[in-house]
Amino acid sequence: MEERSVYLDHNATTPLHPEVANAMRDAMSCFGNPSSMHSFGREARGLVEDARETVASFLGALPEEIIFVGSGSEGNNTVLSILSCPSTDCSCDREHKPHIVTSVIEHPCILETSKCLRGRGNRVTYLKVDEYGKIFLDDLRGSITGDTGVVSVMMANNEIGTIQDICKIARVVHEKGSLFHTDAVQAFGKIPIDVRELGVDFLTLSAHKIYGPKGVGALYVRRGVPFCPLVHGGHQERGRRAGTENTLGIVGLGKAVEMRASEMNDEAERLAALKQTLKQGIEAQIPDVSFNGHPTDCLHNTLNVSFAGAEGESILLYLDLEGIAVSTGSACASGSLDPSHVLLATGIPVERAHGSIRMSLGRENTLDDVEYVLKKLPGIIAKIREMSTAYERR
Amino acid sequence: MGAHQAWAYTDTVKDHFMNPRNVLKDDDYQEDGRGIVGNVQCGDEMLVVIKVDKETETISDCKWRTYGCASAIASTSVMSEIVKGMTLEEAFNVGPKQIAAALGQLPDHKIHCSVLGDKALRAAINDYYERSGQQDKIVREEARVICKCMNVTDHEIEESVLEGARTFLELQEMTKMSTVCGKCKDDAEALLKVYLKKHFG
Repeated sequence: MEERSVYLDHNATTPLHPEVANAMRDAMSCFGNPSSMHSFGREARGLVEDARETVASFLGALPEEIIFVGSGSEGNNTVLSILSCPSTDCSCDREHKPHIVTSVIEHPCILETSKCLRGRGNRVTYLKVDEYGKIFLDDLRGSITGDTGVVSVMMANNEIGTIQDICKIARVVHEKGSLFHTDAVQAFGKIPIDVRELGVDFLTLSAHKIYGPKGVGALYVRRGVPFCPLVHGGHQERGRRAGTENTLGIVGLGKAVEMRASEMNDEAERLAALKQTLKQGIEAQIPDVSFNGHPTDCLHNTLNVSFAGAEGESILLYLDLEGIAVSTGSACASGSLDPSHVLLATGIPVERAHGSIRMSLGRENTLDDVEYVLKKLPGIIAKIREMSTAYERR
Repeated sequence: MGAHQAWAYTDTVKDHFMNPRNVLKDDDYQEDGRGIVGNVQCGDEMLVVIKVDKETETISDCKWRTYGCASAIASTSVMSEIVKGMTLEEAFNVGPKQIAAALGQLPDHKIHCSVLGDKALRAAINDYYERSGQQDKIVREEARVICKCMNVTDHEIEESVLEGARTFLELQEMTKMSTVCGKCKDDAEALLKVYLKKHFG
C-alpha cells in the first residue's frame, strides 16, 4: 500500500520554511530586551528593526507604520476596538465614531469582536455578499454614515479564497469620510500587496500563514491616522503595543517575508497549475460536485468543493486515514450545529455546505501529491455516497 | 504515538467507520419495517430497515444508510449488529447509551449523532407493527410541553442536553425556555438532571 502524507491545509497554518527555522535558531541566543540600552539590548533591537524594515518594504510601507502584534486576531481586535472606543479624553486624538461596517464572511476574530463591541453600545452593519463571496459596493456606500469609525473587509477569504476589490472598496470608504481596515491574513504573501496602491489605512497580517512561526503578526497603520493601543503598558512599538518584543517570533516573521519576496511569484504560478489539475481531476472523476468561491478572483492555492450526498467530516476523516489533510465547512467537524457561515452567506444550500471540503495548497506540495489525492478521493466519495441516504443511486 | 496524536474516536468507532457493517446496498431489499429520521439540512439523516421473524418477533436482519459524520456512521453500523436476534421489545429499548458503550465511547459533543440511530430503529419497528396490523403495539414518542410560554418540549430539552447544555442557564440560553413567567424552572431543572444522567451518567 502506498503511504503518503499530503498536507493540503495551508490556509489553517503552514510549516516553517527551512530558512525561517535557521534564522530563528541563529537568533535564539539573542536574549536581550530590545528596550535596553546596553549591547545585549542593542543586538535584539537590531534584529527587530531589520524585520520591521523587511515587512515594511514588502508592503510598500514605512517601517514606522508597522506594529508587531501577537497574532492576526490581535491586530484585528486592535483596529475594531480602538476606533470605536467611546473615550475621547485620553491622549488619542480622534472623534468618537461608534459605528462599524464589516462583512458577513469575515474571520471570527472580526465577527466576535464586533459582536462584543455591539454589546458595549456600538452599532455594527454587516455587508452581505454575492454568490461568489464579494461584497456589493453600493451596499458599502449606503452603509457608511458620518459616525462610521472604521470599515473592515477582508482581502481574501480563508474558506473560499475569494479576493475582494480592495482598491475600489478603499476609495468608496474614503469618499464617505471613514477609515478602511483590511484583514489580509490569508492574502498576504500569496498575492502582491502595496498598501499605498490599495489605499488602505490599516492592514493585518500573520506569520504562520506564510511559513513563519505562530504567535506573531503585524499591523500596518498608515502614518497620520488615529491610533491608540489595545495593550497598554510600556513604550514598545512607539507606545502602540506594550509588551516586551517577541524577538524570536519577529525574526521568524521577517525571514518569512523575505522568503515570500523571492518565492511568491513563481510559487503562485506553480500552485495555480496544481490547483487547476486538482480541480479538473475532481470534475472528470467525480460526478455531482460543485465548486465554491469566485471562479477567477480567488487565491491560487485555495479550492473549496462540495460533494452532493456526502458529509464533510466523513470525507475529511477518510482522507486523513489516507494521510491527506484538508478542512471542511460541515457543522459536525466544528462541534457546532451550523455549517460554515461563509458558505451559507454565499447563498448555497445548507446541505452543500455540509458536504464541503477546503483544500489549500502550499510551497511543499507537488504534482505527485495532487495525483495521490486524485487517486484516493473518488473512491472515498463513492464509498460515502454508497451508504448515504442523500445520494441518488444511478 | 502520543495520546494527543490519537484519533478523536476510539478504535471501535474507527473500525466501524472504515468498515461499516450491514450497509443497505440492495435497492430491492424486502424489508418488513422501515424508519427514517433526521434530515440532510441538519447534517444527519439515517434510514434503518429491518426483517422480522414473524414467529418469534425477533429482528432477523437490520440494514441502514446514513448521511452524516464518522460518529453517525459508526453508531448506525454498531447498532445494526447489536439488534440482530433481539426481540422487537428488546430492540425498542436500545438507547444511545448502549450504542455509545458498544463503540467504546463517543466524544461528548458527538453523543447526539448516536441518538438518531435508535430513533430510526424505533421508527422501523413501529412501521413493522403498522404493516402487520398490530397498531396497538405502536409506541408513539409524544413530546410534552414543559415551558408553556415559549412552547419548549421535553424533547427539545433532551436535544439541548445532547448539544452541550449542562446547566439551567445554558438550557435557558439554548431553548429560551423559562424566560417569561419562569414557572417551569423546577421541571426544567429536574429534566436536565434526568437527561444528563441518561446520556452522560
